[in-house]
Amino acid sequence: MNVAATAPKFGQSVKRQEDGRFLRGKGKYVDDMILPGQLYAAFVRSPFAHAKISGIGTEGAATMPGVTRIVTGQELAATGLPPLPCGWAITSRDGVPMKVGIRHALAMDTVRYVGEPVALVIAETQNQARDAAEAVMVDYEDLAVLTDITDALGDGAADIHPDIAGNLAFDWELGDESATEEAFASAAHCVPLTLRNNRLVPNAIEPRAINACWDAADEQLTIYMTHQNPIGMRMFYAAVFGLAAEHKLRIVSPDVGGGFGSKAHNYPEEVVVAAAAKLVEGPVKWTADRNEAFLTDAHGRDHLTDVELALDEDGRFLALKVDTKANVGAYLSGSGSLVPTYMYATMLSGQYVIPAIHARVRAVYTNTCPVDAYRGAGRPEAAYVIERIVNVAAERLGIDQAEIRRRNFIRDFPYQTPLVYEYDSGDYEKSLDAALDLADYNGFATRKAASKAKGKLRGIGVSAYVEACGIGPSGKLARLGGGAGMWESAEVRVHPVGTVEVLTGAHSHGQGHATTFAQVVSDRFGVPIENVSVIQGDTDRIQAGTGTYGSRASVGMSATLRACDRIVEKGKQIVAHLMQVDYDTISFEDGIFSSTDSNVTIAFAEMAFAAHAASGFPTDEIEPGLVASSFFDPPEFTYPAGVYVCEVEIDPDTGVVNVASFCAADDFGNVANPMIVEGQVHGGVTQGIGQALWENALYDPDTGQLMSASFMDYGMPRAGGLPDYKLVFSGVPSPSNPLGMKGCGEAGAIGSPPAIINAVCDALDVTHVEMPASPEKIWRLCRERETA
Amino acid sequence: MYDFTYHRPASLDEAKVLIDENEDAQPLSGGQTLMPVLRARLAMPGALVDLTRIDALRGVNMEGGRIVIGGATTHAEVAQNEQVREHCPALAALAGEIGDPQVRHRGTIGGSVANNDPAACYPSACLALDAEVRTDRRTVPAADFFTAMFETALEPGEIVTAISFAACHDAHYEKFPNPASRFALIAVFAARLGGATRLAVTGGGTGVFRWQEGEQAVDRGEDLAAAPLDEGRFTGDLHASTEYRIHLTRVMAQRALARIG
Repeated sequence: MNVAATAPKFGQSVKRQEDGRFLRGKGKYVDDMILPGQLYAAFVRSPFAHAKISGIGTEGAATMPGVTRIVTGQELAATGLPPLPCGWAITSRDGVPMKVGIRHALAMDTVRYVGEPVALVIAETQNQARDAAEAVMVDYEDLAVLTDITDALGDGAADIHPDIAGNLAFDWELGDESATEEAFASAAHCVPLTLRNNRLVPNAIEPRAINACWDAADEQLTIYMTHQNPIGMRMFYAAVFGLAAEHKLRIVSPDVGGGFGSKAHNYPEEVVVAAAAKLVEGPVKWTADRNEAFLTDAHGRDHLTDVELALDEDGRFLALKVDTKANVGAYLSGSGSLVPTYMYATMLSGQYVIPAIHARVRAVYTNTCPVDAYRGAGRPEAAYVIERIVNVAAERLGIDQAEIRRRNFIRDFPYQTPLVYEYDSGDYEKSLDAALDLADYNGFATRKAASKAKGKLRGIGVSAYVEACGIGPSGKLARLGGGAGMWESAEVRVHPVGTVEVLTGAHSHGQGHATTFAQVVSDRFGVPIENVSVIQGDTDRIQAGTGTYGSRASVGMSATLRACDRIVEKGKQIVAHLMQVDYDTISFEDGIFSSTDSNVTIAFAEMAFAAHAASGFPTDEIEPGLVASSFFDPPEFTYPAGVYVCEVEIDPDTGVVNVASFCAADDFGNVANPMIVEGQVHGGVTQGIGQALWENALYDPDTGQLMSASFMDYGMPRAGGLPDYKLVFSGVPSPSNPLGMKGCGEAGAIGSPPAIINAVCDALDVTHVEMPASPEKIWRLCRERETA
Repeated sequence: MYDFTYHRPASLDEAKVLIDENEDAQPLSGGQTLMPVLRARLAMPGALVDLTRIDALRGVNMEGGRIVIGGATTHAEVAQNEQVREHCPALAALAGEIGDPQVRHRGTIGGSVANNDPAACYPSACLALDAEVRTDRRTVPAADFFTAMFETALEPGEIVTAISFAACHDAHYEKFPNPASRFALIAVFAARLGGATRLAVTGGGTGVFRWQEGEQAVDRGEDLAAAPLDEGRFTGDLHASTEYRIHLTRVMAQRALARIG
């Protein structure tokens, strides 16, 4: 008797298939790997934020023990290595293309941020390489340092790049300026605010690492690197090295210990190491230390924004004006132009009907580490702007912060915002009600009174975020300036015994793809999840893909589902022959093929065996074997959204902000694995609380030194300082992919900073507090409050 | 880190010989400061002499009513030790709040005291609890031991073998942790010893000190808030200004005193 092999997995909290090796410390990371003839690399880095290089002396270092080679920027340029590209073309308001400061993989004549790589030393051991790197003598001539956006844009500020006047990479706009101005002119209320989005260091637990090996005989380059998008890197390296033939390049990303976006970029260090491997014709390994990670992993955020909201008498939003200056750092990183424009300004409508919106974004060069995508990538910055100004407006108009949101929510979907995106689905009021209910919003006054009795100040903050995930469709992105296809591919291979391999171009760096992708396959084929292997991260095995960032797993899982559908389709054709019945009578459910014309049933594994035996069907009509692939290009983005409510309790004597409770109601569409999704929300919310209360990449304005360049000085969130989060998923399935998923990776980091700051402002009864709401800052506000 | 020779002596005598014989030898007692310094290539000792496997330097004993803690005893051991918990619960609590579990299972009291980080926790307990620092050569009262930030009365090659504390139930350590490092941004160890109040402050920036004007104010029944506090003891940095540190000192002192009644 045939029975269904498994209960449905999709939507269940299936335990993570990959955790066995992680929990036992048996994960495999790039730095674990030692290749025959292994060489090690160390960088000589600039100790100055802005300086001319007047000479590099390598003679002493070159003769030190074990030193194989020392590479400088001039030498690399002589090999034809081009400067690093910025992947997204932005055009300024005046029609001029963005101005890209030339970024060489190793600095040539000028360094522009502390930590910029200047030379590479290759030696037989890591210590020898580091010893020799210290002995490389670089002569620097100090230049004026600019770390702050306002200073860099100021009159008379020195130019960081030649031929880029005023340090302005672009001055871009989105939306309808005249309609916005008109709406403001006749509005009952105009509420302004200036706010900063603090700069963050990504701090993945595994630092960046690469082990590059050049095979001179076959002219083939193999690169092991920790990365979120190995296939994208193959394309990138093929272009960089003129190895246009991608088959001469293999990129392998084994287990990746976190990324948060910081491992989706193309960095100079990795290019240099790969180029050096070619020069020395051997394997060269570099693993960043924590200091290098702080100084050179692309930072996140760093915006200075003037925002103004126009409202009518009843508190309905009429128009929004946003003027943002984005610090892009010393150079435009790979997505450095995309993140503060199309990832940011497009989201400024939030969850609200705002008839007219205009956003201006100026991207500014400074002598700081380049800024790129970090968990949320532009969307947290947008949510912070809109969710802060909404609260400021609520306070001005005397409307409750939940009520003003309710009054302005988008209710009809799909909804075309004034800013490119058409939201596919949602029920914002449902999330608001769920979050308020979880937080016992109506009981807040009682808790506030109880806090007051203890001498504490209690505040409550609401934030409602929406974001664009599941990045695609390719055509739409191309029209916005993007270059590459944004589909995802999957190949499903069924073995003769019915076990399955899924090859996906998505690459897990903590998201649990080995589990969630297997859940989809297990359900579709009715096979046990243990019989499904998810293969990822090796370009010699997976031919096409675009990686994992922007909560794109829904795209990859949809490709997987489609490939499974094709397997089932072929299976039906085979089974029709095996049963000798009409194809149209075959159905497949719970792992069993059956026919309305027969009482015989055939299990999935039996079909798989028959497909390979190839003896029960005409092979001139149906090819043997059981492999299918799919390239899924989503018809639209997905739009996860949610409402967060948090309470803080402030100690006015010390200024410490204690997060007393945090409630989240998220609409992620259909949820593949609630346990994994809860983990994603926990992590995201924690990073958002970190940004709001502790984290801050702080540069000395005079020297350009990163002052918070270690965990001694950079405040990371800790479990001990956080409450138990209360979560609820109020999903409305997305129509943008067959699984109805929306994505959940960034949500927590997007929605939580404004929720925290709204609560802090509520507690202190102030209009605004800049992040991080550090104890001293809050203590001073408390003192002012007492004095007043 | 630069190359060095690692020694793991089994006895104090062996350790002394190793340190005497190696001019640039550095004692290692947990390494929770030294190892990050070495990893950052900020120091270049030719040899490290690990003191943590010397049995004579480990553990807790009661001697004449005082608590004697071996120099190589880890923070976790102090925090969990029944005698410390019984005779000076505040000291056990202090040890249990240093760093994180990994730090507490490596870091030792001797290492902390010898390093005298101006934001470390133990030095404040030493001053407040009338500690004596025992070395392989002598016994130094805590009041004479901590000479300046990162400086002590230790002579080259001198090894901290134990620290003895007055047993005290009327004591409390109130710490305002640096949000990043968890060192003391400001912390005050308050104790009543022989009827007199002791307030030892760490985290100010220039090194641990006793706030004697505060102690006297308390003992005279005066308002601590009005007691003078020497600004010169404090410095500002990216985590806290001088002004805020001074304010926190008063708040932490008051809270610590409130706990001991």
